Amino acid sequence: MLQINNVSKFYGDYIALDDISFSIPKGAVFGLLGPNGAGKTSLIRILNQIVLADKGKVLLDGEELNESHISQIGYLPEERGLYKSMKVGEQAMYLARLKGMSKEDAKEKLLVWFEKFGITDWWDKKIQELSKGMAQKVQFIVTVLHEPKLLIFDEPFSGFDPVNAELIANEILELKEKGATIIFSTHRMESVEKMCDYIVLIHKSKKILEGNLVELQKKYRTYLFEIGIKTEYGDKLKKELSLDYQIKDANFQTLHNDVRLMVQLKEAQSSEALLEKIKTLGSVTHFLEQIPTMNSIFMNAVSNQFVNN
Amino acid sequence: MEKLKLIIKREFLTKVRNKSFIILTFLSPFLVIGMGLLIAYLTKVNESSVKQIVIVDNSQLAISKDFISSETVQYINLTQVGLEQCKVLVEEDKYDGLLFLPSGYKNLRELSESIEFYSVDAPNLMLVKSIESKIANRLKFSHLEAIGIQQQIIKIASYQVSIHQINFSGGESSKLGSGIKIGLGMVAGYLIMMFIVVYGNSVMRSVIEEKTSRIIEVIISSVKPFQLLMGKIIGNALAGLLQFFIWGVLILVFSYAASFFLGIDFMTIQSNQIVDAKVSVSADNLNEIIMVVREILDLPLITMFFLFIFYFISGFFLYSSIYAAIGAAVDSETDTQQFMLPVVIPLILGVYVGFAAVISDPHGPVATTFSIIPFTSPIVMMMRIPFGVSWYEIVISMFVLVATFIGIVYVAAKIYKIGILMYGKKPSYKDLYKWLKY
Repeated sequence: MLQINNVSKFYGDYIALDDISFSIPKGAVFGLLGPNGAGKTSLIRILNQIVLADKGKVLLDGEELNESHISQIGYLPEERGLYKSMKVGEQAMYLARLKGMSKEDAKEKLLVWFEKFGITDWWDKKIQELSKGMAQKVQFIVTVLHEPKLLIFDEPFSGFDPVNAELIANEILELKEKGATIIFSTHRMESVEKMCDYIVLIHKSKKILEGNLVELQKKYRTYLFEIGIKTEYGDKLKKELSLDYQIKDANFQTLHNDVRLMVQLKEAQSSEALLEKIKTLGSVTHFLEQIPTMNSIFMNAVSNQFVNN
Repeated sequence: MEKLKLIIKREFLTKVRNKSFIILTFLSPFLVIGMGLLIAYLTKVNESSVKQIVIVDNSQLAISKDFISSETVQYINLTQVGLEQCKVLVEEDKYDGLLFLPSGYKNLRELSESIEFYSVDAPNLMLVKSIESKIANRLKFSHLEAIGIQQQIIKIASYQVSIHQINFSGGESSKLGSGIKIGLGMVAGYLIMMFIVVYGNSVMRSVIEEKTSRIIEVIISSVKPFQLLMGKIIGNALAGLLQFFIWGVLILVFSYAASFFLGIDFMTIQSNQIVDAKVSVSADNLNEIIMVVREILDLPLITMFFLFIFYFISGFFLYSSIYAAIGAAVDSETDTQQFMLPVVIPLILGVYVGFAAVISDPHGPVATTFSIIPFTSPIVMMMRIPFGVSWYEIVISMFVLVATFIGIVYVAAKIYKIGILMYGKKPSYKDLYKWLKY
């Protein structure tokens, strides 16, 4: 649905984006990840036509980005807010109409959303009379009101309280079901990895990794297993295991007061063999392959890139 | 275009619904009219308080004959009482002043240098001048009589000259008329300056508000920054024009009502407001009044009206785009100071040049130059127009102004575009220059 081809952006001598390419399939939840200052916001601003790319092209549904796409994109910026002294309803109408909705259409859809969030009686209140959480709901509604095909959330959960964050997350997933494509951009990688199907990692203006999240996790598999065993002979257990495997003490949480270890497998070694082995040494209460977090994948990829260069 | 309209509408309504706008719009005409009436009243009071001047004339020239009491000054001859006694009276504030002509002079020149005036407070300049000219006249007569010329002949040989000012388009003008021209020009130029400052600031505050409330990025994901900038400027300009319009209507209505109900002559009030209050219209000069009225009607009022709108809008575009760029560059209003000075200086300069140069010589080189320079032309040209400015000068001035505002809007829009997305560090002029190249 969205194709980004060799996009670069410069601010004077500073390179904000360096030859970035990737594509986002329709209906995907896509994570645009990277530390602060990596270039995520620059890229998103290009997608929203707030700034223009100095090089490269962006295609939306095969068509180069143009003004008609504005109404097809919903954008929740990281720096977000509303006119403080304007009334909620009036403001929502204004923002909706700037996205190209007609007066009647905007009003009708707004009432549906206001109903859904139970905020109908806020229509004539000023934003400054609302609490921060309330204002966030309004902000979310104006982002998605025009039913965009592409939704872009920059640091979506920063500033949202947990209740609202949950509410918003559910709404986003519902929009995905309805066919919207969603981009999350964040430096807090753990906050979105559960929701994303695809990710791109950007670091220092360059793309360093992209792909299906599960495949990436497989690729960056660590072969580390957490095991918990109930036994009276802890020392003997460790001794046995260290013959074949690399082990160290671990500190994950279990319900039992048992021996907890972290076992590093070599690629040739199978997890079944490990399980068989520990079964003979006590009763197994915990057996889990560690899934690499986005953080660790990121660290890994960055150091790999460093080695490769 | 649809979006631009939406933005203009929002900016306009936000401005117009603001309490301060409503108060200022509806209160100001009352203030102006009130001030006018107050000035008229104070002038009256001033005139009705009669000054009493005592004359002690030991000169044997019978000078007190020439001092005829008027509505404002009463002359009392107390030569019999003597100087010392009179001094005491004046010091005790029984009288306002004491004019003393000594005796024992060798000739009239010596007398002319030894006349004294005593008073508790320094006397007003006009009064002293009139006394001086009266005595000088008397001395001249005495001198001429002494060498044998009859008083009758001298009187016949004295002429009163009143110059009729005529320009080449055939209109005759009076001094009072040029007072009105100055007044009209001043009011127009000053209004433009005030509106540029007030509404320019309002554009700037609106930009800063969007930045600090962080709504700016939401908006510019829907519209181009340039559209937003234009919407803001046009919306505020319209609010300004609405304010002018309301004022115009209110002043007309109130003046008319006042003249109708109070029986005050409409023209007198108008000219009292516009012209210096000292210029009073007395019934004797009916001719002059008719002439002034004709002159006002002869003024290119409609041209002035359209030029006023043109110069207001163009000047406003020019300055408010700079104001907007400043607003975009900073994070809060307190940071704007360092950028404000270069904006305000040409405006103030315009008003001063207008006051100084246009009054003394409306078509002199200084006034002409400043009415071409785009940063001062909206003010200075408005002040010159009542005196009749040749059309090619107006065209040049308009052209330069429009060309400049297009250039400035272009540059300001660039700074604006970058600035609205920049938070944190307060930029320097160097940073602004860098933004232009992004």
